[in-house]
Amino acid sequence: MPEREYLAGEFFLSGDDACAEGAISAGCRFFAGYPITPATEIAERMSERLPEVGGNYIQMEDELGSMAAVLGASWAGVKAMTATSGPGFSLMMENIGLGIMTETPCVVVNIQRGGPSTGLPTLTGQGDMMQARWGSHGVYSIIALSPSSPQELYDLTIRAFNLSEKYRLPVLVMSEAATGHMYEKVVIPPSGEIELLARRKPTVPPETYLPFAPDADLVPPMANAGEGYRLHVTGLTHDERGYPAMTVEAQDRLVRRLVDKIERNKADIIALEEDGTGDAEVVICSYGVSARVSQIAVERARGEGIRVGLLRLITVWPFPDDRVRELARQVKAFVVPEINYGQIALEVERCACGLAKVVLVPHMGGRVHAPELILEAVRQAAR
Amino acid sequence: MSEVSLKRHPLDDYLRVARMPHIWCPGCGLGLVVNCFLRGLLRSQLNLDKVVIVSGIGCTGRAAGYINLDSFHTTHGRAVPFATGLKVANPELEVVVISGDGDLVAIGGNHLIHAARRNTDLTVLCVNNFVYGMTGGQMGPTTPLTARTTTSRGGSVDRPFNIPHLAAASGAAYVARWTTAHVRRLEKAVTEALLKQGFSLVEILSPCPTYYGRMNKQVTGLDQMKYFRDNSVIKSGIDPKGVGIEVNGPIVVGKFIDRG
Repeated sequence: MPEREYLAGEFFLSGDDACAEGAISAGCRFFAGYPITPATEIAERMSERLPEVGGNYIQMEDELGSMAAVLGASWAGVKAMTATSGPGFSLMMENIGLGIMTETPCVVVNIQRGGPSTGLPTLTGQGDMMQARWGSHGVYSIIALSPSSPQELYDLTIRAFNLSEKYRLPVLVMSEAATGHMYEKVVIPPSGEIELLARRKPTVPPETYLPFAPDADLVPPMANAGEGYRLHVTGLTHDERGYPAMTVEAQDRLVRRLVDKIERNKADIIALEEDGTGDAEVVICSYGVSARVSQIAVERARGEGIRVGLLRLITVWPFPDDRVRELARQVKAFVVPEINYGQIALEVERCACGLAKVVLVPHMGGRVHAPELILEAVRQAAR
Repeated sequence: MSEVSLKRHPLDDYLRVARMPHIWCPGCGLGLVVNCFLRGLLRSQLNLDKVVIVSGIGCTGRAAGYINLDSFHTTHGRAVPFATGLKVANPELEVVVISGDGDLVAIGGNHLIHAARRNTDLTVLCVNNFVYGMTGGQMGPTTPLTARTTTSRGGSVDRPFNIPHLAAASGAAYVARWTTAHVRRLEKAVTEALLKQGFSLVEILSPCPTYYGRMNKQVTGLDQMKYFRDNSVIKSGIDPKGVGIEVNGPIVVGKFIDRG
């Protein structure tokens, strides 16, 4: 990309800005969206940057249309994205399901705010984490990443595109108002240094191509519209030809594969950051902006002699069952601070299976936790 | 040894023959719609590898599955924005939306008017059978006043949309209405709509003998076709605001809008 089009260097950017730049770096050349606080700035920046790099921005009439347009653009062969917050996320759910069912690579960013409903439009929340996993109807699995800084909003948007192309599904970037509107240093590497993945293409001619017959990793190679493959793509349960097949057998084959292609590839998908968990008696399990606040609690707790570690979920879905189960055999307790009334804490509890206590540090939203709240929970857990 | 003669439909090259027989009822107009669409498409001489069909949910939505082109059977009401994404991302594609009255004008109404407003280069075939057929014959936004359906058993009291007027007022570049009884004119309208640069909409009135017809004294598909033939009047160029449909009223058909 010519210099004018590609930014490289050190910048002072908001999380939203960084997200947009991550998308551009990842090769995203289509954005369809609708303004919503606190994600609007992503749309605004994409509306300026996409024409500069030969892409297209379209502002749709609502979030339902936005998600549909993103899927269409992806099938036209273009990396596509949208960005929204809670109310828009709810509206997008049906078509996220269509994206999952049709195995359409794309990225959906949710800069979370206080909910439910209109809630706190300008203030932070983390209340959509379970919705990220279960928000669309039916049986499926999903990938959701949780950045803790503007730098990570840049990095993880790129990772989201890579995962979406590799595993053929919508990948969610779950951030919050606090991070989206935070300004920090963001380092953008020279374009040649970023690893980018693209959907695997068919190696057979149209006559023998089966659009939904998977390779060994459970992901089918993907032809695009307009390449002569005469595809049929439907949201109905379908067979390997892509044709509707509304039978118990076809449902079992298809739906299991949609889940298994994520669950069986967890080792590749899951990213965690651990600090001091090796000999910890208490582990704080957190994500997003709450993980940043937790770092302060960790330092102070250590200063008080408590053996505390931090397990930061960079990938929230699929949930790192194995690592949490392992830690549950070692620690007295997990402390889970999140800006909701207990969502990821439920997953920690499920995996801890009674072997360790799970202490939720909830916050209904509007602000990040005071570190003291988390620290006090750690002290109690360590007793 | 006797020869087996293989019966082929003249359009078999453009149909997904492995999926025949289709699910549509005897007397349904959708067979004619697909036929006229394919003939109109062939006349347009567009590169078939670049033609993409997008449909929504409903009986008409199933057309995407039977046509042997790149085809996308999407969610209810969202065919038009899906099509918009395809077209904007790759303008070389010729994107055609084939969907029903409920899908395009009820749940999909907002997307329809905005696509017309933007004058996005799409061709929309709106098959209007006055009911929600797939779910068993409920009233919809085009059910004429007093018509009976499963959710208006005493006769509908809701005013219907006048689709050509809606599309034209929203900014469409090409607007026409024909019925499945007007096969040659419909075929020609398909060609014109496909080749038109801008947002084109062709409303196609179609029989649903299983529900609308049966509940409104037009028991067979042929009865409904005769009704279309006997009650339609061609008025191309007329202002579409006057082409609303009433039970026992005239059905005004023609090419209403064709503008630059």
